[in-house]
Amino acid sequence: MKRVVITGAGTINALGHSVPETLEAMREGRCGIGPLEFRDVDRLTIRIGGQVRGFEAEGRFNRQQISLYDRFTQFTLTAAKEAIEQSGLEFTGELAAKSGVVLGTAGGGVSTWDDNYRSVYEDGKNRVHPFVVPKLMNNAAASHVSMQHNLKGPSFTVSTACASSNHAMAQAFQMVRTGMAPAMVTGGSESMLCFGGVKAWEGLRVMSKDACRPFSANRNGMVQGEGAGIFVFEDYEHARARGAEILCEVIGFAMSSDAADIVMPSKQGAARAIAGALADAGINTDEVGYINAHGTGTAANDKTECAAVADVFGPHADQLMISSTKSMHGHLIGGTGAVELLACIMALRDGVVAPTIGYQEPDPECALDVVPNEAREAKVNVTLSNAFAFGGLNAVLALRRI
Amino acid sequence: MSIQNKVFAIIAEQAILAPSDVTLTSTLDDLGIDSMGVVECIFAIEEEFDITIPFNANEPDKSGFDISNVSSIIAGIEKLISEK
Repeated sequence: MKRVVITGAGTINALGHSVPETLEAMREGRCGIGPLEFRDVDRLTIRIGGQVRGFEAEGRFNRQQISLYDRFTQFTLTAAKEAIEQSGLEFTGELAAKSGVVLGTAGGGVSTWDDNYRSVYEDGKNRVHPFVVPKLMNNAAASHVSMQHNLKGPSFTVSTACASSNHAMAQAFQMVRTGMAPAMVTGGSESMLCFGGVKAWEGLRVMSKDACRPFSANRNGMVQGEGAGIFVFEDYEHARARGAEILCEVIGFAMSSDAADIVMPSKQGAARAIAGALADAGINTDEVGYINAHGTGTAANDKTECAAVADVFGPHADQLMISSTKSMHGHLIGGTGAVELLACIMALRDGVVAPTIGYQEPDPECALDVVPNEAREAKVNVTLSNAFAFGGLNAVLALRRI
Repeated sequence: MSIQNKVFAIIAEQAILAPSDVTLTSTLDDLGIDSMGVVECIFAIEEEFDITIPFNANEPDKSGFDISNVSSIIAGIEKLISEK
């Protein structure tokens, strides 16, 4: 088994258009959630979200590219460029032939669906642009990353709702660990902040109208975000041989299925994924210093997640820190685990633990150290990143300082 | 059909019961309606009466729409209809 390290990271989300901007916002506990701006927002009851601002496709991409790139692909390509540039890898020859792209997204090109349904149903048009299908398909982003960066190895897209990115990164990790690929580009992306995307979520009645306040007794639901997080996972020996800068090591993962309910989470399913990741990494519970929580800010998630952490960690649950950065960037659905992995890397590398902002009232059912409102300096050796999806599909990753 | 009978029919359909099994004092829980069923009932009522019910599944008690039993649901609907 090979050791696997992260040698590049990129992102775009409501907190920033790059990793440094995002980490600075997390350190400062800044909130990227605000009033949504898009067509027909006045017909929604939920009008807030973690929208990416100041991102215009024009100027970044040419006309032909724009006709092929949905916003979720645009986010992916922007983050992938940052990650691959940081890694310093150039994919040619054998490296290119073996390295691939595994990405997560729940909805793929949601705004492309939305715009074109509007066009044929509302505007009564009988013709759509020829590239609607290649633009909206869930694997479009992975394919465009592979084309732009000459990645010719195993490439595909994973779609497991809110756990998509973590499932994707677990796959990429496994491919590098087993020696199947020397490097993999991985992470995820989501862009559902359009009228149809938010309208669908509104129907579930779990969205907050004012703020995402995970673990706070007065929380009242989730807030959607958008963006992408992309990483380069690389064989440790390969990275060391070329003198690459190593951000951290990926040491384990686990996946589980609740096999119980399509929307209500299960403590047992979450606990099995957390315990499984520790076992896969070969570490003890007391080595974990920080957990980036799934922490959606819904009543159902937060209580279940805290109970699962308490079950797995026992007395050590009171010693570790667990925060939800969704309070700042919103819930990026299929891209969320990727952006949240940045908080884990910041804890390991910079010794700064991102806060759970908007925390106002302690909840006895979430009685853990949730790093309320202000980032904290701490030496952290091992972190976990949780993702628990609708459909009861869970994926947890374990990272270590290097 | 009266508001009451329409509500009985909507709730009975969710509970997979006959409308005659629903009473004014029944709670949704008594009728075996889970959290997803509650959200579906709210949606069906909104569609039937063309009203918007302020209901958040995270804090059902604070939603300003009392779903503690069938009669409170009917009272809430009547109030929303009168405010239209």
